[in-house]
Amino acid sequence: MNPVNYLYLAALLFTIGATGVLIRRNAIVVFMCIELMLNACNLAFVAFSRMHGNLDGQIIAFFTMVVAAAEVVVGLAIIVSLFRTRHSASVDDASLMKL
Amino acid sequence: MSFPLLTATAVLPAIGAVATAAVPAAKRDAAKWLALLVSLATLVLAVVVLVRFDPDGARYQLTESHAWIKDFGVRYELGVDGIGAVLVALTALLIPFIVLAGWHDADPMETGSRRWRPTQGFFALILAVEAMVILSFEATDVFLFYIFFEAMLIPMYFLIGGFGDRAHEHGEEVASTQRSYAAVKFLLYNLVGGLIMLAAVIGLYVVAGNFSLQEIAEARANGSLDMATDTERWLFLGFFFAFAVKAPLWPLHTWLPNAMGEATAPVAVLITAVVDKVGTFAMLRFCLQLFPEASKWATPVILVLALISIIYGALLAVGQRDIKRLVAYASISHFGFIILGIFAMTSQGQSGATLYMVNHGISTAALMLVAGFLISRRGSRLIADYGGVQKVAPVLAGTFLIGGLATLSLPGLAPFVSEFLVLVGTFARYPAIGIIATFGIVLAALYTLVLYQRTMTGPVKTEVAKMPDLRARELVVVAPLVVLLIFLGVYPKPVTDIVNPAVQQTMSDVQKKDPQPEVEAAK
Amino acid sequence: MENLIALLIAAPLLGAAVLLCGGRRLDAVGHWIGTVLAAVSFVIGVVLFADLLGRSADDRTLTQHLWSWIPVEGFKADVAFQLDQLSMTFVLLITGVGSLIHLYSVGYMEHDERRRRFFGYLNLFLAAMLLLVLADNYLLLYVGWEGVGLASYLLIGFWQHKPSAATAAKKAFLVNRVGDMGLSIAVMLMFTTFGTFAFAPLLGTQEEPGIAGDASEGTLTGIALLLLLAACGKSAQVPLQSWLGDAMEGPTPVSALIHAATMVTAGVYLIVRSGAIFNAAPDAQLVVTVVGAVTLLFGAIVGCAKDDIKKALAGSTMSQIGYMVLAAGLGPIGYVWAIMHLVTHGFFKAGLFLGAGSVMHGMNDEVDMRRYGGLRKYMPITFVTFGLGYLAIIGFPGLSGFFSKDKIIEAAFAKGGTEGWILGGAALLGAAITAYYMTRVMLMTFFGEKRWQPDADGHEPHPHESPRSMTIPMIVLAFGSVFAGAFFTIGDRFLNWLEPVTGDDHGHSPLSATTVTLATMVVLVVGVAIAYGQYGRRPVPVVAPRGSMLTRAARRDLLQDDFNHVVLVRGGEHLTRSLVYVDHTLVDGVVNGTAASVGGLSGRMRRVQNGFVRSYAVSMFGGAAILIAATLLMRAV
Repeated sequence: MNPVNYLYLAALLFTIGATGVLIRRNAIVVFMCIELMLNACNLAFVAFSRMHGNLDGQIIAFFTMVVAAAEVVVGLAIIVSLFRTRHSASVDDASLMKL
Repeated sequence: MSFPLLTATAVLPAIGAVATAAVPAAKRDAAKWLALLVSLATLVLAVVVLVRFDPDGARYQLTESHAWIKDFGVRYELGVDGIGAVLVALTALLIPFIVLAGWHDADPMETGSRRWRPTQGFFALILAVEAMVILSFEATDVFLFYIFFEAMLIPMYFLIGGFGDRAHEHGEEVASTQRSYAAVKFLLYNLVGGLIMLAAVIGLYVVAGNFSLQEIAEARANGSLDMATDTERWLFLGFFFAFAVKAPLWPLHTWLPNAMGEATAPVAVLITAVVDKVGTFAMLRFCLQLFPEASKWATPVILVLALISIIYGALLAVGQRDIKRLVAYASISHFGFIILGIFAMTSQGQSGATLYMVNHGISTAALMLVAGFLISRRGSRLIADYGGVQKVAPVLAGTFLIGGLATLSLPGLAPFVSEFLVLVGTFARYPAIGIIATFGIVLAALYTLVLYQRTMTGPVKTEVAKMPDLRARELVVVAPLVVLLIFLGVYPKPVTDIVNPAVQQTMSDVQKKDPQPEVEAAK
Repeated sequence: MENLIALLIAAPLLGAAVLLCGGRRLDAVGHWIGTVLAAVSFVIGVVLFADLLGRSADDRTLTQHLWSWIPVEGFKADVAFQLDQLSMTFVLLITGVGSLIHLYSVGYMEHDERRRRFFGYLNLFLAAMLLLVLADNYLLLYVGWEGVGLASYLLIGFWQHKPSAATAAKKAFLVNRVGDMGLSIAVMLMFTTFGTFAFAPLLGTQEEPGIAGDASEGTLTGIALLLLLAACGKSAQVPLQSWLGDAMEGPTPVSALIHAATMVTAGVYLIVRSGAIFNAAPDAQLVVTVVGAVTLLFGAIVGCAKDDIKKALAGSTMSQIGYMVLAAGLGPIGYVWAIMHLVTHGFFKAGLFLGAGSVMHGMNDEVDMRRYGGLRKYMPITFVTFGLGYLAIIGFPGLSGFFSKDKIIEAAFAKGGTEGWILGGAALLGAAITAYYMTRVMLMTFFGEKRWQPDADGHEPHPHESPRSMTIPMIVLAFGSVFAGAFFTIGDRFLNWLEPVTGDDHGHSPLSATTVTLATMVVLVVGVAIAYGQYGRRPVPVVAPRGSMLTRAARRDLLQDDFNHVVLVRGGEHLTRSLVYVDHTLVDGVVNGTAASVGGLSGRMRRVQNGFVRSYAVSMFGGAAILIAATLLMRAV
């Protein structure tokens, strides 16, 4: 199978994720969409690794996974504490820092 | 290695500032006495500097030089010429009077008031300003000078913004707003000036390769450092702009009336009699020495601006309703005279300008401090709120009149000597400008006498009927200033003797010769 | 001997310092300290005078160098004195009349709680005036010049609680400052032209002219005109005369000493002293004579219309100084006579003012002559001394004014040509008007019915003769008014005394001396007769009649004050007010405007930060997209 198709799939996933980040209000969904984008990148990296025949892409994918895991921990904690104080998971409600 | 006298003159008040600030809150009076003692000790050191200074000796004396930032050639270099020595002495002389006059200015408000004035801070800031002003008179390294030139803004900012008159005609709320406006305006004006100067300082380093005033000036003089005409002019403008803001020259003057009006009288004296002198001093030392050709190039414009300052400041002083703002505009007029004298580029003009800096310091201090005593009694700065003070407080009125007469340059008092020298020096080269500047003396009489008439003469107003005359502390402040005004008016030779050689060197820097008398020239 | 010169000034200066700094503990003796020190100065003056008389005529210049005042490269001003015949004349006049007036003030100011300070100011004045006439260079003269201005300011405004006095004092100082500006520019011009402004090298002597003649005539005319401007200010000559009338707000002894006998004559001294410069600038001399002629008529006309006795005398002073300036403008023909008239005028005008003060003293400080009348019965000594002064000023044959004024009129004709006729005619006309207004003052004050009324507090005045400390000075001055002229003229004493300094020239008079004297007599009689017809033969109305246009204008100082008010005061007020506005809106406005626009811009830009996470995300994506697009585009190109 032509590895380019994986790239198409990655682009599609990334676009879906980006659109989700931009239009959804629920912080959890936004969060999931970010994960989707990260994973789309991972897919692209691995595909490139295969296409170019070296392991750089796969190594970066591992890095991304680690960062993503850390991010999930911190991000979810923020969302949970936000939900506790404001009883809402909407990202639009959290605009306290604006001038 | 000999004793670093010049460093000591600055380090002493600096240490004094720290020590004063560290005095515990309860021992307010101890802080005052400490500040007074330190300022007097500094005065003693400054007198030693004057005595050790040999007018016929080398140009810069009592020099100190240490490497500081080696990578950029920045050195800790101090030294005074005649002009610097005299101005160091002036600064050290005025600070004890300022401290003494402001004795109660920073006391806590009456019990129950929410405002607490940090007395220690007030006196510490004054000493800090003294240290930095003295260092900027002594620094012979351009970068070192720049640092102190800028750093003195910070304590000044707090002095203007943090301490106002005890009573205000519009209440504390408005007073505090106006004060912070004045302080911010002061800071912004001077910061912009300083920023432009910083660019020019860096530019100078790029061109010259080091910051040493003496080395650069020497290299300029013997031709080994050649600057392109345009470069020199831009650098000159960068320096001059900063000094013109500080001095202040029309149209960069509007911060001064605000700052002097809102600050307490002693701080106003600190601004106009001490801090602003750094501006005019630096024109004489840095602009003329480093950029002689550009100075000559810019002379016509500067002379016209100075002339505008003289007439415009005097006219605005006539139109003021606020005593302190009136003195501020009068100072603008006087700074016009000083700048006129510097850029007339004659011996008489420059000696006169230097003498003017000293005399203006003393005369403004006398007038402004007495005005401050007056204001503290009535709680208003408006001229219209006074009348007939002469009847109830004759000594106060008398010293106020002498201060006023000094401001209008009455012959026999010190400012006359300097004003006449500036005028004659200007007239020798630019007769028309000299004549127009002479109109300033009529206007000076107008604003001074109108001020005196409205406040001191006429029927006694009920609000001033119980006004006490000068107290002992206030008399101690005013009397020496009056004596000095008379002494230097009758016998200015001690000062001119120190200043003259330095002026001759400056004249040779710019390669200008005095115009010869017409009759001799014809022969 | 030379060392005494400084003492002349030091004595009153010491008095001023002691009295002004001494505080209340000197209140009891202050006036005597002041008077004694003035007298000490007079005695020193007499000693020096005797010394000068003992020398030969060309060796009568003493100099004393005290210290170097302003030593600056190329510029030299010293504190040094020069005493020659001209200065000596002034020294005697100043200290003599000054001492008398000190004595008079002891009585006159008796009830003033600030008498000590008054004497301090009087001593200050003496010191400054002596400095003025003794200085050996123009810059030091300038110190004395402004010093007398300061003393005059302090003394006119002595009763500071009266707003009118404070205003008059300020006005006097300001108008004088305009004149001072002339003097200060003149000194600068001397410096740039000659490199010096000391008398000796500049003016030289009669035998050895100084370097003044080396300059071009244009420069000399400039210097001379500037000196004239200074003289106009100090001597109340047109167009700077407006302050003198108001200066009468001061206590009467001040009017006598400063605004009649001494200070106002400083302008004449300046012109005569600078004779070497004026002689070389004929155009300037013409202007001087014109100023003198105009002022002598101006002052005389104003004097005719005033009902305030002191203001009438002030008009007269202006007019008499006009005579002196006219004479001084004539050059060597007139210098001696200018000074001689100055001295005799010092006697009789001081006497007249002291007489007026004595009248006021007895009349509850009333100054309106329409409220006087018939006072000769109540104040015999004042009447006689005032009367002698009156006869002297109108030029009654044999009295002082006769000799000195006659000489000036003669000299004016001797100028020659049309100018001579015009100037001489003006001087003659002035003599007629002088006779008129002085007769008017005399008749309104001492003759006729009594017209006084209770003042505002209901006190009926009780005219009485003044105490002896006041009458003695009046008697002494009356002696001077009667005999000084004859004493000076017989044997040409005054001419011989001053001639080595001022030079002498007779000119070519188209009229013989006798003709001039006769003409003077005729106009004198006419003037007196008209005044007698108006004020002697019918009763004087208590309220001034409306009068003709000229009278009304003359009462208002020929509208000069109105002109000043409209043009200078109002104009100045508008100028300063608009400048204050400009400073606030324009100069400050530019800066504040810059600050405001920066603030406005950032206010708009901060709206972008709306706090919505998703809009930040959009901008991030947008930014990333643009970056990628740009990178690709660069690659493609």
